[in-house]
Amino acid sequence: MATLKDYRMDIKPNWCPGCGDFSVLAAIQKVAVNLNIEAEDMAFISGIGCSGRISGYVNAYTMHTMHGRALATAQGVKLANPDLHVICAGGDGDGFGIGLNHFAHAARRNVDLTYIVMDNQIYGLTKGQMSPTSPQGMETKSSPGGNPEQPINPLQMALASGSSFIAQAFSGDVKQLMSLIEQGMQHKGFAFINVFSPCVTFNKVLTYEYFKKNLVNLDEKEGYDPSNRAMAFNMVEETGSMFTGLLYKQERKTLTESLPKGSGTNMLTRDTFILDDIMKEKLISRYV
Amino acid sequence: MEELTIVIGGEQGEGIESVGEILTKVLSQKGFNLYGFRNFSSRIKGGHSDFNLRVSSGREIYVNAERANLLIAFDQATIDLYKDQMAANSIILYDSKSVNPNNFADLPEDALIIEAPFQQLALECGNSIMKNMVAIGMICGLNQHSPMEFKDVIKDRFSKKGIKIVEMNIEAFEKGHDFVKEKGLYSIPLVPVTDSRKMFLSGNEAMVIGAVAAGCRFMAGYPITPASEILENLIKIMPEYGGIVVQAEDELCSVAMAIGASFAGTRAMTATSGPGVSLMQEAVGLSGAVEIPLVIIDTQRGGPSSGLATKMEQSDLTAMLGGTHGEIPRIIISPSTIQEAMYDMGTAFNLAEQYQCPVFIAADLVLATSKQSTEILDTRKFEMDRGKRVTDEDLLLQEAKVFDRFAFTEDYISPRTIPGQKYGTHHATGIEHGETGHPTEDPINRKKMMIKRMEKINSVTIGEDIKVEGVAEDILIIGFGSTYGAIKEACEQFQASGIKAGLAHLRLLHPFPAKQLERLVSMARQVIVVENNYSGQLANVIKQHVQDHAKIQKLTKFDGTLFKPSDILTFSKELV
Repeated sequence: MATLKDYRMDIKPNWCPGCGDFSVLAAIQKVAVNLNIEAEDMAFISGIGCSGRISGYVNAYTMHTMHGRALATAQGVKLANPDLHVICAGGDGDGFGIGLNHFAHAARRNVDLTYIVMDNQIYGLTKGQMSPTSPQGMETKSSPGGNPEQPINPLQMALASGSSFIAQAFSGDVKQLMSLIEQGMQHKGFAFINVFSPCVTFNKVLTYEYFKKNLVNLDEKEGYDPSNRAMAFNMVEETGSMFTGLLYKQERKTLTESLPKGSGTNMLTRDTFILDDIMKEKLISRYV
Repeated sequence: MEELTIVIGGEQGEGIESVGEILTKVLSQKGFNLYGFRNFSSRIKGGHSDFNLRVSSGREIYVNAERANLLIAFDQATIDLYKDQMAANSIILYDSKSVNPNNFADLPEDALIIEAPFQQLALECGNSIMKNMVAIGMICGLNQHSPMEFKDVIKDRFSKKGIKIVEMNIEAFEKGHDFVKEKGLYSIPLVPVTDSRKMFLSGNEAMVIGAVAAGCRFMAGYPITPASEILENLIKIMPEYGGIVVQAEDELCSVAMAIGASFAGTRAMTATSGPGVSLMQEAVGLSGAVEIPLVIIDTQRGGPSSGLATKMEQSDLTAMLGGTHGEIPRIIISPSTIQEAMYDMGTAFNLAEQYQCPVFIAADLVLATSKQSTEILDTRKFEMDRGKRVTDEDLLLQEAKVFDRFAFTEDYISPRTIPGQKYGTHHATGIEHGETGHPTEDPINRKKMMIKRMEKINSVTIGEDIKVEGVAEDILIIGFGSTYGAIKEACEQFQASGIKAGLAHLRLLHPFPAKQLERLVSMARQVIVVENNYSGQLANVIKQHVQDHAKIQKLTKFDGTLFKPSDILTFSKELV
């Protein structure tokens, strides 16, 4: 039986008091326990930035990778060992700036993992520059006259790229956050959860108060059908992305299921191997 | 006659590659030793392409001959490129539809020049595209091989396209064969001295076989010349062995996926060329810092930037040696023959796991794309050594909540656990870290960790770190990669004229086998370092490690063409 104690690390996070990422960390640990996943069966891969440090605060097989490449790395982990529960996490700069390419391709590739983005609409670790999700006009250290660029929309990006599970949560509502992470981890395929995780130090615009005031709860919205892709696109438009809940869910084949027969059946993660004569003959036959 | 060189050239898309494949298949089966290299441009159709095949009835060969005995020209460029490279009493066949005999002024006087209606004969069979089959028929007839073996291979090749296509191609072959027979043309036949079964394959194919035999079960790659063949071949065969190959969105993803798969315990690799190596450098640093095994093949081509994508160069050495910011341990192995390319994969994967660091296979375009005859794969050379893996039983005894994955040990190599193992959990981060992997900036730990990582590879050897041949009292010729063939033949020619020449071909480029090389250099009167790059990258590395700088001479080539034995002989004479 997995317990919270198993997942806890005796390390004080380097996050500011009040940072939204604390809730995400606690939620992931609790969900893992709820789903009775043993710590050794979880691989937690993260990117670079304040939120990227999260994997170091969880006791599991964890890896803090490169800026923007967490998803690429996490896909490799899951493909090599499908028995692992793979969580990937990072921030908006990591996932939608430097790593956007991998986000779109991971979504369409549909490797079975859960991708959690702690979206604070700012670069925090480098002390307050605008990020790809900073609203147009927002003043930051790198946009003193207001952000001249339009922000990216990660939810529509995920929809357009073919993500088979898309949800949005808020650090201020841990119950729903946990529920969505749990659904994401149970989803077979690429599950993307964007979490509004306020930066209390550098983002004075998108604050807890702002989100509390403006967010609509999709899970309680009558008539909303998360299996309807067109409806999902419209919902993002209608709410200006200011919602939480399950936006879209689709059952489709994972990458491993779509690969040629035999793929991934003998990944030799722990065994040794030597070619027998039959396999050798097969291997060299086309070159003899 | 012991050997023969056949060249067929034309525009890309004229089936030059198929001629090479059919010809080599038959000759390889007959027991000849072959070396084939295809010269090509970075475009799909149009542009000159030629296939240069050296056939030996005896010894194994590692480089094309400098002169051709039989030239088949579908285009004028073939004549222009090879007119100065014809052997005595050679035969030249050209198609007057596309080659103008008025431009033949410079052809050697002793050459037998024959107008051969390749296109016309092919058209008579139904389609001019089959002029390559006509050419094969002529080669078969000229060299007095039995047509049966050729026909079998042609049948085999086209059987999927239906009986009609097979018959048309056979007919084209026969027309070519009859043409030379009717004209009474022939060359002295070669007879193979052995009939042992051989493989005939490119370096890329050899590395694919080597990877599978070495237990690699994950590859992620991104198309790039000349490494794409590795991705394409592995994608075809890996499922049969239970592995996974992914064509990723870019090189950044490819290498990160490989690191992820390796973290999970699978032997994982990527393969690329210069531009990809540049993109992968950050990940190479991660692999070094988090001590996760990684194998990267670099089939070097002309750089910098997009450079000469289809031409030979060995200019990524400094990138492999010093790429990525900061300092990490790394191993660089350089195969110089197709056989070495195959077995080096086993070595690379073993070293990557034993030393927990990135391992580069420093291949080059010629090694990757040329084809050589080589002995049948010996699987016993692929014993897997998975390094310091900790057993589940040992972990149970320790019952540590967080495993000391980066423990300081006597040999600087830490025991390794992989996901799924109970009591083996740990953190891996590119941030400086302590023994459990968690970040720390403590100066004492930092120093220890750096020393641990940097010095753990000092004991690396691949057995034959330097391939030494001959006694180099007068001249020592040093090189790496596919220049081995040219250097070897230059040495033989020196020796034939009474000069004591020898070669030292570097097989392990990092950690550098300095002591052994120092000894070899000190014993030779003259030292020439031969390499395909501008600045003499290998020579510069040697100078860092070897005392006797003054005698080290650089022979570099960076025009995209290959070294010939005569380049080395000429250079040496100029030195004296």
